[in-house]
Amino acid sequence: MNKVNSLMFSALNKNPFHIAKRGEIVWWKAWLIRIIAVLMALVVCGIITVALTKLNPVKVYLTMIDGAVGTTRLVWNLLQNTAILLCVSLAVTPAFKMRFWNIGAEGQILIGGLATATCMIFLGEKLPTFVLIPVMLLMSIITGALWGLVPAYFKTRFNSNETLFTLMMNYIAIQIVAYFTLEWSVPKGSGTPRTLEFGQLPMLFGQKYLVNILFVVLITVLMYIYLKYSKQGYEISVVGESENTAKYIGINVKKVVLRTMAISGAICGIAGFLLVAGTDHSLKSDTSGGRGFTAIMVSWLAKFNPIFMVLTSLLIVFLEKGASKISEVYRLNSSFSDIITGIIIFFIIGSEFFINYTIKINKKEKEENV
Amino acid sequence: MKRIISLLVVAVMLIASVGMLSACGDKGTNTAVDADFKIGFIFLHDENSTYDKNFLVAAEAATEELGLTPDQVIFKTNIPEGNECYEAAADLADQGCDIVFANSFGHEPYMLKAAKEFPEVEFCHATGTTAHTEKIDNFHNAFASIYEGRYLAGIAAGMKLNEMIESGKITADQAKMGYVGAYTYAEVISGYTSFYLGAKSVCPSVTMEVQFTGSWYDEALEKEAATKLLSNNCVLISQHADSMGAPTACENAGVPNVSYNGSTKSACPNTFIVSSRIDWSPYFKHIINASLNDEKIAFDWCEGFEAGSVALTEVNEAVAAKGTQEAMDAAKAKLIAGEIHVFDTDTFTVEGKKLDSYLADVDTDEAYEKDTEAISDGYFHESEYRSAPYFDLQIDGITLLNSMF
Repeated sequence: MNKVNSLMFSALNKNPFHIAKRGEIVWWKAWLIRIIAVLMALVVCGIITVALTKLNPVKVYLTMIDGAVGTTRLVWNLLQNTAILLCVSLAVTPAFKMRFWNIGAEGQILIGGLATATCMIFLGEKLPTFVLIPVMLLMSIITGALWGLVPAYFKTRFNSNETLFTLMMNYIAIQIVAYFTLEWSVPKGSGTPRTLEFGQLPMLFGQKYLVNILFVVLITVLMYIYLKYSKQGYEISVVGESENTAKYIGINVKKVVLRTMAISGAICGIAGFLLVAGTDHSLKSDTSGGRGFTAIMVSWLAKFNPIFMVLTSLLIVFLEKGASKISEVYRLNSSFSDIITGIIIFFIIGSEFFINYTIKINKKEKEENV
Repeated sequence: MKRIISLLVVAVMLIASVGMLSACGDKGTNTAVDADFKIGFIFLHDENSTYDKNFLVAAEAATEELGLTPDQVIFKTNIPEGNECYEAAADLADQGCDIVFANSFGHEPYMLKAAKEFPEVEFCHATGTTAHTEKIDNFHNAFASIYEGRYLAGIAAGMKLNEMIESGKITADQAKMGYVGAYTYAEVISGYTSFYLGAKSVCPSVTMEVQFTGSWYDEALEKEAATKLLSNNCVLISQHADSMGAPTACENAGVPNVSYNGSTKSACPNTFIVSSRIDWSPYFKHIINASLNDEKIAFDWCEGFEAGSVALTEVNEAVAAKGTQEAMDAAKAKLIAGEIHVFDTDTFTVEGKKLDSYLADVDTDEAYEKDTEAISDGYFHESEYRSAPYFDLQIDGITLLNSMF
């Protein structure tokens, strides 16, 4: 079928080449294409670096690596940031797989963080830590799930547009958190959040972020199993592929949508919990730091596969950390490192095109025969 | 398969050529001056924020003047007020910095955390409030008596108002100024009140409206706030927020603006009058010299005109009233001599009454407990009991349009 299509295409078109969809591609070819894309991105970035800054691009790349993994501390920092981004990416994945465009991760993270902070402030002195932390976790899960359920309910009940709805829910969450940040700020009115002393996640083997990382490793494994082997995971794929098919084979689509968004919101809530209790120990309206949006790209890049997502989130965080090291070392405006990361991500996304499609050179004699 | 190999070859060749190309451009760096000393700076934004630019310029000037090489000075820009600040501070300590400096108020808890972890490194934090209560040997706060600079800027504003009254453009009753503030927080309140009192010292009929944005840096909100004040018939605008929002709104409307953090003359040539700013280079020189000479860094540093910490930019003669510079110079001399005080209780009232006692919240605590008597000898002693401002009275003549606690 593909072959026929491509032949017809080339017959209609006098171009010297045409594009055809690939069938299956062997794994090593796909990775080869990706690696070539990264190499080419580095070359283009190198040329731009020389043109704009007259710096040695190889040195710039080494600086990037140094900034991401140069010291033990930086490695932990990299892993910690990867874990949080991965957590949010895992959260949006089931919704995306279901073709439910959850753009509201940012808000769901913040609301989960707010629930955590509320527990830390009001229950902090009343409960022992080993009770407090599970309460915080539970509250963040519940509030995150509820925040995700609201747009899902309106979608199933009134068929509202979930993209706009979840996006709007972000602004509500941001404003609620901003209100409480000011309410709780120390000193009064400064807009600076108070440090939350009680209920901070404990260190493990002397490592601050290990608990965070282990949490996310667990979620990754569970999400992989859930999507790949569970009945519910299968229902999600079916609803995503075709709602009518799902209805035809007796899947309760509304139930699946509600359940999946609750899960999506709940995991975002956990990300909020990890950020507030595990790293920042405070809450602000920018605590989520745009991860709710970056996660969309991470999830898509990994084609909704939780295991690939480990790599894509690592890549994004690596580039981010490396880029800020570039502006530190060479005293360049952050726009320059943004250009570099932008080009690299562009090439990586672009490489997917060459994995899915192949370019064929048209041979004249054959074309005339068709 | 052939194609893949040829693509690979092309890629490798390209990389090699770039490598060679760049090797040429690599001469002349590394004029290594060998000294162990290193200082690291953490900035909330980059040079696009007037607030951060003011720090960046001072850091460059001070380190250059003291002969530090670029290798000895590390800048980290765009560091948010979260765990990232702690990580940045710890990374600077790892890189061998003797001093780590952070410039934003919200960096404080994270700087404090790093200070406790790295006792051998000095952590200096601008605008913070806890050094005098935490009493950790290697953690220091700093500010400047910027309220005195604001007072002078207020005089420039008052003289402009007088000029408008004399020329018949407005009546004395219409002398209303607008002020864009970030939060209803002591630092901002102290700033706009001193600005107002400066204006009032030359133009007694002046009143002022304040609109808060609820953010230290939000260009759109600041512009919107300025526009609102303009539509309320404010004839002059000043601001305590860090973007170009308010100055730009003034330039568009042709209304004079008294700026902050540095001159905005190049962007607003027809409306910029003068700007007060904190010059941080004296402080940077102080901490670097102290560290180099093994002396103690002041734990809560606050200086003013004499040390060069509070400065006013050049007056824009095209906009300012005649004699502005002279009037500011005269007031400055009096302030330095102690003949006048910005918060002289004879010059303002609160709910119609003169104050002779006020407990200020000087020691930071979660209950906002008022702990220190700030009024004595007939004036409010600002920035004396700690470097960061604590004047938070709402005086008569100033109307708050909203509040952002």
